Amino acid sequence: MADVKKIATRESYGNALKDLAEEFPNLVVLDADLAEATKTGIFRKAYPDRHIDCGIAECNMIGVAAGLSTVGKIPFVSSFAMFAAGRAYEQVRNSVGYPHLNVKIGATHAGITVGEDGATHQCNEDIALMRTIPGMVVMVPSDDVEAKAAVRAALEYEGPVYIRFGRAAVPVINDKPDYKFEIGKGTVVRPGKDVTIVATGICVDSALGAAEKLAADGIDAEVINICTIKPLDEDIIINSAKKTGKVVTVEEHSVIGGLGSAVCDCLSEKLPTPVKKLGMQDVFGESGSAGALVAKYGLDADGVYASVKAFV
Amino acid sequence: MNNLELQKTANEVRKGIVTAVHAAKAGHPGGSLSAADVFTYLYFEEMNVDPKNPDKEDRDRFVLSKGHTAPGLYATLAQKGYFPKEELLSLRKLGALLQGHPCIHIPGVDMSSGSLGQGISAAVGMALGAKLGNKDFRVYTLLGDGEIQEGQVWEAAMFAGFRKLDNLVVIVDNNGLQIDGPVDKVCSPYPIDEKFKAFNFHVINCNAHDFDDIRAAFKEAKETKGMPTCIVMHSTKGKGVSFMENQCGWHGKAPNDEEYAIAMADLEKIGASLN
Repeated sequence: MADVKKIATRESYGNALKDLAEEFPNLVVLDADLAEATKTGIFRKAYPDRHIDCGIAECNMIGVAAGLSTVGKIPFVSSFAMFAAGRAYEQVRNSVGYPHLNVKIGATHAGITVGEDGATHQCNEDIALMRTIPGMVVMVPSDDVEAKAAVRAALEYEGPVYIRFGRAAVPVINDKPDYKFEIGKGTVVRPGKDVTIVATGICVDSALGAAEKLAADGIDAEVINICTIKPLDEDIIINSAKKTGKVVTVEEHSVIGGLGSAVCDCLSEKLPTPVKKLGMQDVFGESGSAGALVAKYGLDADGVYASVKAFV
Repeated sequence: MNNLELQKTANEVRKGIVTAVHAAKAGHPGGSLSAADVFTYLYFEEMNVDPKNPDKEDRDRFVLSKGHTAPGLYATLAQKGYFPKEELLSLRKLGALLQGHPCIHIPGVDMSSGSLGQGISAAVGMALGAKLGNKDFRVYTLLGDGEIQEGQVWEAAMFAGFRKLDNLVVIVDNNGLQIDGPVDKVCSPYPIDEKFKAFNFHVINCNAHDFDDIRAAFKEAKETKGMPTCIVMHSTKGKGVSFMENQCGWHGKAPNDEEYAIAMADLEKIGASLN
C-alpha cells in the first residue's frame, strides 16, 4: 500500500471541538491538567474563555460539568480514560448518568496503545464501566473521520455520551464520499460470507488487514465496524451472524464487559452463535511501544488473522 | 418574612419531616431537623424561586449535597407549594414522586444528590455557568459536617476559591454527629472555618437556629465580592424533637407510632409558643 494518512483520534477530537465551537455556542471544554495530551489545547488556543482547566481533580471536574449542563452549557469533559471513566466512575454514574444530564465525556489515551506509560495508564476497562450506566451512549471511533463525526453527533444528541479516543496515530480508513455517521449504527466495511469480524476503534483497521490475509487463504471474512458500543446495532450483527455462523470480536479493551461482551449479550439472546473474543484476556498491560503491544496481545492484523484462522 | 413567621414556617417544616419519615418507616430525621431553619430561610426569604415556575431560568439554585436529608428539603418544598404536602406521606415508597435521595425530576429539585461530596461540585458548576453566561443568579449548597470528610469537597472548594465564585454559598450543617459517632471522634473535620479560609473562602460562623444570625450571615455572603462564602451553621442534630436532639441514633431511623406522637406533641408545643 502507498503511504496511508495517519492521525491519532485524540487529535481529531481536539480539532473537532475547535471546528464545532461556533456552531455550538454553548459548548465549553473542561480538562484536568492534560490539555496538551488530550488535545483540548487546540480548542483552548482558539477559545480560551470557553476552556476550563479544573486541575488534577477529575471527580470534581465531572460534577462541575454536571452543574454546567443544568444551566444550559454543553460541557465536553476530558481526561485520560483511566481517570474519566475509572477514577470518576461513581461521579459519572450518580452526577451525570442518574440525572441524565447533557454532559459529554471525551476520554483519551484509552487501551494499551497508551504505550510506554504502562499498565497504570492503560485503561482496558472503560467501555465496560460506561456501558453499565443506564442511558449512557458509548462510542469508540476508528479513525479521524469517524472521531470528528462522533463529536458532532454527541453535540447534536441530548444526553450523556462517552467517547473513547486513542493516543497513537492510526490510519484514516473512512475517508469515502458515501461515509455517513449515525449514533447506534454499525457499518459493514468489508462484505464476506465465511466469518464475521466485529471490531471497534483502532482494531477495525487490524480486522481489515486480517480479512485481506484470510482472503488469500480462501476465507471470505465480513468486517463490521461498531463505533457505537451502546446502543449496539444488533441488526447488523444478527444479520451477519445468520450468514456466516461464526463471529470474532476485536477490541483494544478487556474481553470482559466490552464490545465482545456486548455482542455476546445480543447473540446469546437472539441468535446463539459461536463467538471468539479478541482483546485483553483478563490481564494488565505493560510498557512498550504501541505497535509492539498491539502485536504482543494479538490485536494487529497478523494476530487477528491467526486467531480467526484458528477459529473458523 | 419576619423572624416569627420564619419560626412558624420552620416548625411546619419540622412537622413535615417527622411525618414523612414516620410514614416511610425509614429516612434521616436528625440532619433534616438540624437544617430545617436554614432550609426555611433559603426558600422563604433568601432565594429567588417560584414554585409555580420551578424551572425558570434566572432562579437561584440549591443543591442538597447532604442528600440523605431529603425529608428536610421535601418538607420545605411542599410547604412552599412545589407539590402537595400529601406527597410527603409516600416518601421512599414504590412509584412515589419523592425518592429516598433528591432526584432532579422532582419539582424544585435542582440536582440529583446523595452520594456524599458530589453535590458541591455540581453547585460549583452552576455558579461557574452563571459567571460564564453573565447571569446573576446565586447558588447555594448544603453539606454535612461528616460529608466534608470526602476528598471531593476539597477539590470543589479549591476550584471555587480559585475561580472567585462569589455567587456561591457553601453551607456546612455542623451538628457534630455522624453515623458512627461524634464527628471529632470518627475523623475530625475541625477546624471547619479555618479550612475553608485556607481554600480562599469568606467564612461566617452562624447559629443555625437563630434567624437574626442566619439573616445576617446570608446578607454578609451576598455582600462578599471576589470570593465564595462558606457559612458554618452551628446546629443541634434532631432540633425541635426532644428525644432526637443530639442523639447519634436518630441520624437515619424513623420514629415508631408512639415516638411519632411524642415528636408531633413537641412540635405542637413549640408552635403554640409562637402564637
